[in-house]
Amino acid sequence: MNLVNWTRKNLFSNWHDTLLTFIILFLFYISIPPLLSWMFFDATFFGTSKKDCSGTGACWVFIQVWLKRFTYGMYPNDQIWRIDLAFIIFFFVIGAYFFVNTKIKKILFIFLTIIFPFLAIFLFHGGLFGLEEVETRVWGGLFLTLFISVFSIIFCFPIGVLLAMGRRSKLPVIRYFSIGFIELWRGVPLITVLFMAAVMFPVFLPSGTNLDKLVRVIIAITLFESAYIAEVIRGGLQAIPKGQYDAANSLGMGYWKSHILIILPQALKIVIPGVANTFIALFKDTPLILVVGLMELLGMVNMAKTNPAWLGLATEGYVFAAIVYFIFCFAMSRYSLRLEKQLKTSN
Amino acid sequence: MKILSKTLNKINIFLENNPKITIYFPQFLIILVLTIIISYFSLNASTNMAARGIETGFAFLKNKASFDIQFSLIEFDSNDSYARAYLVGLLNTLLVSGIGIFFATVIGFFVGIIRLSTNILASKVAEAYIEIFRNIPLLLQIFFWYFAVLRLLPSSENSLILFDFVFANIKGIYVPRFVWTNFNFLTYGLVVSILAIYIFRFYSKKKQDLTGVQVPTFTTSLIIFVVINLLFIIIGNVGLSLTYPVLETNRGIHNYSGGVSVIPELIALAFSLSLYTSTFIAECVRAGILGIDKGQKEAAASIGLSKSQILKLIVIPQALRIIIPPVTNQYLNLTKKFIFSSRNCLPRYCFSFCWYCVDANWQSNRNCLDYDAYILNFKYINFTVYELV
Amino acid sequence: MQSIIELKNVNKWFGEFQVLKDINLQVSQKEKIVICGPSGSGKSTLIRCINRLEEHQKGDIIVDGITLDANTKNIEKIRSEVGMVFQQFNLFPHLTILDNCTLAPIWVKKKTKKEAEEIATKYLEKVQIIDQAKKFPGQLSGGQQQRAAIARALCMEPNIMLFDEPTSALDPEMIKEVLDVMVDLANGGMTMCVVTHEMGFAKEVADRVIFMDEGKIVEEKPTQQFFNNPENERTKLFLSQILN
Repeated sequence: MNLVNWTRKNLFSNWHDTLLTFIILFLFYISIPPLLSWMFFDATFFGTSKKDCSGTGACWVFIQVWLKRFTYGMYPNDQIWRIDLAFIIFFFVIGAYFFVNTKIKKILFIFLTIIFPFLAIFLFHGGLFGLEEVETRVWGGLFLTLFISVFSIIFCFPIGVLLAMGRRSKLPVIRYFSIGFIELWRGVPLITVLFMAAVMFPVFLPSGTNLDKLVRVIIAITLFESAYIAEVIRGGLQAIPKGQYDAANSLGMGYWKSHILIILPQALKIVIPGVANTFIALFKDTPLILVVGLMELLGMVNMAKTNPAWLGLATEGYVFAAIVYFIFCFAMSRYSLRLEKQLKTSN
Repeated sequence: MKILSKTLNKINIFLENNPKITIYFPQFLIILVLTIIISYFSLNASTNMAARGIETGFAFLKNKASFDIQFSLIEFDSNDSYARAYLVGLLNTLLVSGIGIFFATVIGFFVGIIRLSTNILASKVAEAYIEIFRNIPLLLQIFFWYFAVLRLLPSSENSLILFDFVFANIKGIYVPRFVWTNFNFLTYGLVVSILAIYIFRFYSKKKQDLTGVQVPTFTTSLIIFVVINLLFIIIGNVGLSLTYPVLETNRGIHNYSGGVSVIPELIALAFSLSLYTSTFIAECVRAGILGIDKGQKEAAASIGLSKSQILKLIVIPQALRIIIPPVTNQYLNLTKKFIFSSRNCLPRYCFSFCWYCVDANWQSNRNCLDYDAYILNFKYINFTVYELV
Repeated sequence: MQSIIELKNVNKWFGEFQVLKDINLQVSQKEKIVICGPSGSGKSTLIRCINRLEEHQKGDIIVDGITLDANTKNIEKIRSEVGMVFQQFNLFPHLTILDNCTLAPIWVKKKTKKEAEEIATKYLEKVQIIDQAKKFPGQLSGGQQQRAAIARALCMEPNIMLFDEPTSALDPEMIKEVLDVMVDLANGGMTMCVVTHEMGFAKEVADRVIFMDEGKIVEEKPTQQFFNNPENERTKLFLSQILN
């Protein structure tokens, strides 16, 4: 009986509601069954080549065969364990974060932000201690996407905090420099920045020096995102009531002490949703790097679909990539919503 | 160690006794560092560019472009100057951004309002739409529409035919071209009707202030608009005919001519931009409407306003005030995103001037400065639009 | 007795608007003064100038022999000798009450954690809030928060305590508990400058009462004389309004 009442209240409460419900149900009827049959019922999941794809459904064999490349790029097969190791450590630390007490949390945090980057670079690039060197040229796929996103966010955050504080500074030089820096990077599209980093930046270095393209791209993305993060954090700084600054000052704390101990902890808590949004946007912008020749996930899919043995399977490739991006971004946005709710209630 | 702490102490005391130094020194330091960095880079740049024979300066704008632009709103061929190519790129940008903004707004508002519906099915469907098109990168959406959908259209001979005069094939969508005769009369009619509506609304508001009588402004404005324009159409003998696209075969290559062709690149871009941006606009709309205090509606109801009056006089004005700033931000984002995507999706065509120039000149190593010009242009437009809004 | 706070011809402007006009004031050690007046009269600004939360443009302010100017060292020295209690409490919401109190002693006075906690416990007991030490400000009532704020200021062991309308943001039932703490503090010999509308408190504790209006000190008298024999018309008007 409850179900009937619920449907009546929520789906059929008045005439235009009812109409809406019927229209939607009709749209479902004409779109979902064909979609499902293409994706699942008529699809081929297993096989080794395009010939195995019979029927009218999706040819998921394409994905299955190329999965390693989509995930790791052109990284040599026998060295893939290094990437796996780094990610296992990463997720293990993140997972452990939720189960340990505050003291260990601090240690884990420091490990993750300071030690782990160098460890990861060593694992991925090699060249020392007997680990075979793998050029950044062959890094690609989902691995590259995650690598760039995580590194950019780790480095753009402190820069963003300094810029936000700089923009509110009383010293005119610092303030104008911060404003100029932030507005410069915010006014230009990311693609321009990437292109300049990849193509034009070498012009500004002494001839003969060669800075790795991936490094240039990461620097470019980091500086770009730091401007956006700075604005988000500035919003948080402005939201702190003046009384907090007053109280800190009246206790004798100077500019840096009051900011580090009092203002920033509160401000950063407020801006978590904004920071999460920026991170998600950064993640969604990573496909742009394929324009400058770095083959992250979308780039690998593009490459795969033009392979002569696998022509005509663009749809399957893009749907797969879409699902992967969707899972990551959706999970991140739900998590940030949960964080927001948690922090609202704890205060 | 002790010497270190002693010197630090001395420095500390020195700084405390001369507070002005703590104000001026960091600033001086930053200026010094910036000057060093900028000079270092400029020096390198000029040495390198001289070595490669790259000219700087804006003189190149007068040179011949020597490339073709496939889609242009004005006449352009490879003999026209770079400056003209710039203009073409700018117009194209305005066109596609305009279309994108229009559809994104319409779809966004629609989806946003449905998201707030009491019908759970509808609101969940809207939520799914928003989540799907928001969490998939824009570039992926563009590729999807272009490669996975539009490329599947048949070749010219076997075009899909809709409504007997719209032809869709792999080269684009062809629609009939409108050919107006005596179009200027219609423009006069539009101007006159708009003026008449303004005058009418002005006087009807005056009347309401003086006598309290309310005149149905919307319906009357509509009637004025339609009647006046019809009059002008009839008097001026304004005519409209359609030129239909016709399939022609030229040395074995089939092509439609005579109509207006909308190339698939434009369709893919406009489509994806609209859908992607519409999700953000939908969220802005939802935030705006939810942001109206419940007490506002209660107060309005308690003084006797009807539901539609509450909507028109209380909810919508306040909601719009909350909605409009972030929505205009989305418009800017859309324009920015358009400029990048015109390279990636368009193997043969160029919408936005910059890419062609850089492409064409990359090999010949000329004209890096066009890039800087582009960036400056862009920043300026961005800034002015932002200020206007 | 020597003055511990001295204001000589102090003038302050906010842009074009002059908020303090030729203020001359001396406060002796262990003296308790109450500053009252209509809103906008500049009383809060006056108090905030004493610990340099606001800067005065003309005149001299000398606190415990140290002249207040742009010299940061002097400012910080003065701030560690002058404690302030705010109308909005301004407790740090992300720290427990105990941490609120130990923060400044640890980071400004460079005390060890143990020493700081001993001091904090002493003062939290004095304001009778020791059982809330591990809670966060958001979990306390207004009166409890203000008492915690007083304890936090006391933990720096100041010579002078400034109060900027400490009870104005409190519910009537909680005003008494805070005033009791302030009376206790006064009886212990602290030098206090209190901006308040609580005339009962003034009568009980203050040595002198100062009435300000439109940026000027209009009347300044020992407490008894102030309430029984106000000279100025403005004062009389204000008293008649507020004592009703």
